[in-house]
Amino acid sequence: MAIELSPQPVGVNPPSSFLEVRDLRVHFPTEDGLVKSVDGVSFSLEKGQTLGIVGESGSGKSVTSLSLLGLHKGTRAKVSGEVWLDGEELVGMSEAQMRALRGQKVSMIFQDPLSALHPFFSVGAQIAEAYRVHHKASKKEANERAVEMLKRVGIPQPERRAKDYPHQFSGGMRQRAMIAMSLVCDPELLIADEPTTALDVTVQAQILDLIRDLQEEFGSAVIIITHDLGVVAEISDDILVMYGGRRIEYGSVHDVLKSPEHPYTWGLLQSMPHLGGDVNERLNPIQGAPPSLINLPSGCAFNPRCSFKDQVPDGRCTVDRPELLPVLGSDKHIAACHLTGDAKAGIRSATARGTK
Amino acid sequence: MTRYLIRRLLSALTVIAVVSLVTFLIFFALPSDPAVLACGKACTPDRIAAIHHSLGLDQNIFVQYGNYVWGFFHGRTFGDGGNAVHCPAPCLGISFHDDSNVWDTIWGRFPADLSLALGAALVFLVVGVALGLTAAVRKGKLVDKVAVGFALFGISLPIYFSALILQFFVVDKWQWLPAPGYTNITDDPVAWFQGLILPWTALVIGSMAYYTRLTRSTSLEVMGEDYIRTARAKGLGRRTVILKHTLRSAITPIVTIFGMDFGTLIGGSAIITETAFGIPGIGQLAVQSVQDVDLPVIMATSLFAATAVVLANVVVDVLYGIIDPRVRYA
Repeated sequence: MAIELSPQPVGVNPPSSFLEVRDLRVHFPTEDGLVKSVDGVSFSLEKGQTLGIVGESGSGKSVTSLSLLGLHKGTRAKVSGEVWLDGEELVGMSEAQMRALRGQKVSMIFQDPLSALHPFFSVGAQIAEAYRVHHKASKKEANERAVEMLKRVGIPQPERRAKDYPHQFSGGMRQRAMIAMSLVCDPELLIADEPTTALDVTVQAQILDLIRDLQEEFGSAVIIITHDLGVVAEISDDILVMYGGRRIEYGSVHDVLKSPEHPYTWGLLQSMPHLGGDVNERLNPIQGAPPSLINLPSGCAFNPRCSFKDQVPDGRCTVDRPELLPVLGSDKHIAACHLTGDAKAGIRSATARGTK
Repeated sequence: MTRYLIRRLLSALTVIAVVSLVTFLIFFALPSDPAVLACGKACTPDRIAAIHHSLGLDQNIFVQYGNYVWGFFHGRTFGDGGNAVHCPAPCLGISFHDDSNVWDTIWGRFPADLSLALGAALVFLVVGVALGLTAAVRKGKLVDKVAVGFALFGISLPIYFSALILQFFVVDKWQWLPAPGYTNITDDPVAWFQGLILPWTALVIGSMAYYTRLTRSTSLEVMGEDYIRTARAKGLGRRTVILKHTLRSAITPIVTIFGMDFGTLIGGSAIITETAFGIPGIGQLAVQSVQDVDLPVIMATSLFAATAVVLANVVVDVLYGIIDPRVRYA
């Protein structure tokens, strides 16, 4: 799996997928050392499909998504690799070219819309502004478009609410307004960065439904970034699990959630409460903290927190970095773990017995 | 908003009233006696008592204050018999020093005061904010270092020093400008402008630095906000992101400081500049009145300064409401 080991020579042939990310690296030079926020991530996505990127804080999810918008251009961040979107390569693009795509072809729903919307401009004006950047439209046309979008995302009395300011909206309404803003130019790729984190559960479900409905309507490709596997299970087709800026497991939602191959993914699944579970049953959180992105642990980055590293002979987990290998019997499911298939099967059946 | 404004104006009036009373009381707590000063060397107790009587200083202090306030609203007459002087409302009294009407003195100096303050304030606000914003955008680059260095230089340079340097080179040595001073703008606009260039420059050098530094730091803070990232993610150009989204937020603390600065500047804090360049402003008048123990002028300049500061703050509050919608609806 050369993808993980060395940077590939820059290919000039555009891929067949709508979005293809190849060996993306985003490194930040700091006084303490080089922070490798994203280190060799690859994935692809078709229109109308949804990819869920999952991981803890600091696993590189958000940095990955910001680099798809080219928002690291003009900063100290060093970005390498390739991002192909509809036949165009984004990493090597100039800021001016990238700006034409931002908000138009690729747009983003940010987490915490209270801080992501400008407090001093009315919601309608902010949506209209996003429209006017990419369309030759009069202020009036843009305002009408903004009202139409607010209506589309289910905001009651959109004409009146468009004149309100973000602080006058409730949390769920603000997130709807944020979604309206990101969809105002009919983007082909929509990135949602923790779109439901700041919301309460009933509103979360509404927002997810909304994103799904709008995706069907517009046929966009959607990337949803979250640490909530429940969200991913509900909305995604594929899932990418990141740890320490790298991929550790990637596959269809069905494969990854039904038969996860990496101990970290097991941990994520076990840290979620089950609705039907026993009230007294304790959750099984992953021990320890996410690794430093300057000095990743040698070998498998997850090894200090992994309970199963003893089952791998010769201490390979602390020495060799596991390659992403295809999982037997599935077409695109890959995972990076030294445990053998038999060992994993044993562990899985043991845990299954333990929880019953 | 209207109710809010009325409330603010009422509290502003209260502040002005309190300032007038306190100034009055402090004057009488001072050891110096205007009568002694007016009387000269060959002075007798009888003579002092007579002067006290003619100035109205022999009355109860609260009666005096009451007369003062009454006079402001209704006018009053000073002295009696042949040398009686009438002071029409709004009467701020008659100067102990030269019997001039204080209200007229203040308004006579107001144009020079305002010209100096307004011109300088506009320049140090606009240039200071522009420099600060440029420094923030090019953080760590040469422009940033030059702007910050210049700011530090300006803060460290006392006005009386920079005033002398300016005067020496620009007027005496190179003779680019006529000697600075004040000419009424209605008499000769060109002379008005030329005479004020150096005073403005001296004030700008001293004050601009605060605006540069404040703008730089608040802009940098704002640039780190999520909504600026959102603005970029919409595809907005750099210019819009900086001039519209960043500046709109960064300007709030600057408006506050500017209101204070402008108020005190009108109120006479430009005294050093006025003195250095011979501009007949309120600051000079205030200092002179204290030296002369001239109660009516002291009162008038204090009230003038207080009013300027309080009004500037009311204007700032209104501007706040315009800039920040969260204040408007609170």
